[in-house]
Amino acid sequence: MLDFIINILSTPAILVGLMALLGLVLQKKSIEDVVKGTVKTIVGFLVLSAGASFLQTGSLNAFGDLFNYAFGMQGVVPNNEAIVSLGLVDFATDTAYIMCIGMIANIVIARFSRMNYIFLTGHHTLYMACMIAVILSVGELSGFALWVSGGLLLGLIMVLSPAICQPTMRKIVKTDELAFGHFGGFGYWFSAQIGKLFKGGKSTEEVNFPKRMSFLRDTTVAIGLTMVVFYLVVSAVAVSKGILDADATKILADYPNLGGLLNVGSETTVHWAVWAITSGLSFAGGVYIILSGVRLIIGEIVPAFKGIAEKLVPNAKPALDCPVVFPYAPNAVLIGFLVSFLGGIVGLFILGAVDNALFPVALILPGVIPHFFCGATAGVFANAEGGLRGCVAGSFLHGLLITFLPAICMPVMGALNFANSTFSDADFSIMGIFIGNIAQFIQGNGLMIVCIVLFLLPIVYNFVMPKKAPKTEQ
Amino acid sequence: MNINKILCCCGSGLGSSMLVRMNVEKALKQKGISGVDVTHSSVSDAVEGAADLFVVGKDLEEFVQNLQHVIVLDNIMDMNELSEKLDQYWK
Repeated sequence: MLDFIINILSTPAILVGLMALLGLVLQKKSIEDVVKGTVKTIVGFLVLSAGASFLQTGSLNAFGDLFNYAFGMQGVVPNNEAIVSLGLVDFATDTAYIMCIGMIANIVIARFSRMNYIFLTGHHTLYMACMIAVILSVGELSGFALWVSGGLLLGLIMVLSPAICQPTMRKIVKTDELAFGHFGGFGYWFSAQIGKLFKGGKSTEEVNFPKRMSFLRDTTVAIGLTMVVFYLVVSAVAVSKGILDADATKILADYPNLGGLLNVGSETTVHWAVWAITSGLSFAGGVYIILSGVRLIIGEIVPAFKGIAEKLVPNAKPALDCPVVFPYAPNAVLIGFLVSFLGGIVGLFILGAVDNALFPVALILPGVIPHFFCGATAGVFANAEGGLRGCVAGSFLHGLLITFLPAICMPVMGALNFANSTFSDADFSIMGIFIGNIAQFIQGNGLMIVCIVLFLLPIVYNFVMPKKAPKTEQ
Repeated sequence: MNINKILCCCGSGLGSSMLVRMNVEKALKQKGISGVDVTHSSVSDAVEGAADLFVVGKDLEEFVQNLQHVIVLDNIMDMNELSEKLDQYWK
């Protein structure tokens, strides 16, 4: 019997189902709703796993091999969904516990510190939980100690990220009631600071800007198109290096995932360009499946979290996902995306040059999704502080930032060090670099104490430091 | 017009569309309307037939302009705006 219980509590799909069940029961939902929500959450997790294996075998693994063959270095696609699906293979149970404890920690810190934000972007909570699980496991934490340390860190970043965005967020939405919750927070803060250097110029919304690029807001289309371009370029280089004429068995020994391109074991022959196109679109397909799974998982948990948090922290500010600021500056959204993407391309070449001349780094490809969502948001934030010129400068540097940060973060990513994908948004990298490097020096219980102290700092600060009258945040 | 299913959409169908979904549910409850299925997804899924009514933010207006019944929100978190726009369908 005990074995059975332990088995249930370490089966991630059922574990997230139980979290949803608990949330639904605490909200006093009807039995039908409880059953429906629980089942959907569990199915969501299984869909996510299915998407993960499709993404890897159908596309991502081959891309990594091919990139390595063509350029002799590690090519990394920054995509949260892809990397989380890889991370969950080994860290699913830890991620589920950290997410659960993290949401509780968020409520505690919102209640007892001055950062009274409730982080409602559930998919980012899930992704960050996974990131923290991977990073802390490098520091030799496991089991209960890992869950508590990770949960406390998660709770902390869930208020820190909205807190650094709040001064600019207030200017954008013109109220202090709403907060901004998206783990690109450091990038938006950075972009807003750059924007401040250009104070007083014309706003992006006072100029005419063509809206045609906005069709890329469709995630599936955007990922599909860019991945097809990446695959075509990398395949073309590999083909020009003679990969198709070489001995297939020899190549497969070094690059085991290229069977599809080399037509090994298939009776029909697929042209390399056709292979590249279908593989690129398979990547989009994999992400589409993963997103459906994530949507099912968080679709029940977040409303429950919101309901409970509102009761326990009545004056809390909801921290919302990034598109909430998009309608306030539609031009800044497009300018931010395009300029950030340009920054990503420039950053890619800089990384290439560094790899060539100085030391080996992973090549971070400009992912269209991070540049769209984060770049667009960075554009809106920079525009709010510094108008059109601020927006261009802020988004460009933001594009460089989210290209360099993941490259710096890769070496401390432990089990995901050599993955062909990584986390894209700034806070994930900042968290990784900060905690990951601490974990290199302090391990085990010491690391747990560091996590607890970090978590307690803002709460102690609230009780010890006198409140400044005009700036107190209610 | 009988609305049985409402689909709220955003870019990746995870964050803001879910918040809008919660607001729609809340608004319908306040109006005493029940039996409406409210879901959320990405704009990729916003096609005719997927739902009777679609709700999106203004920044995604172009994706839904060919659909029949659409609510476009200027401020996706504004309950009053949402409530007023829903009233057109439940008179």
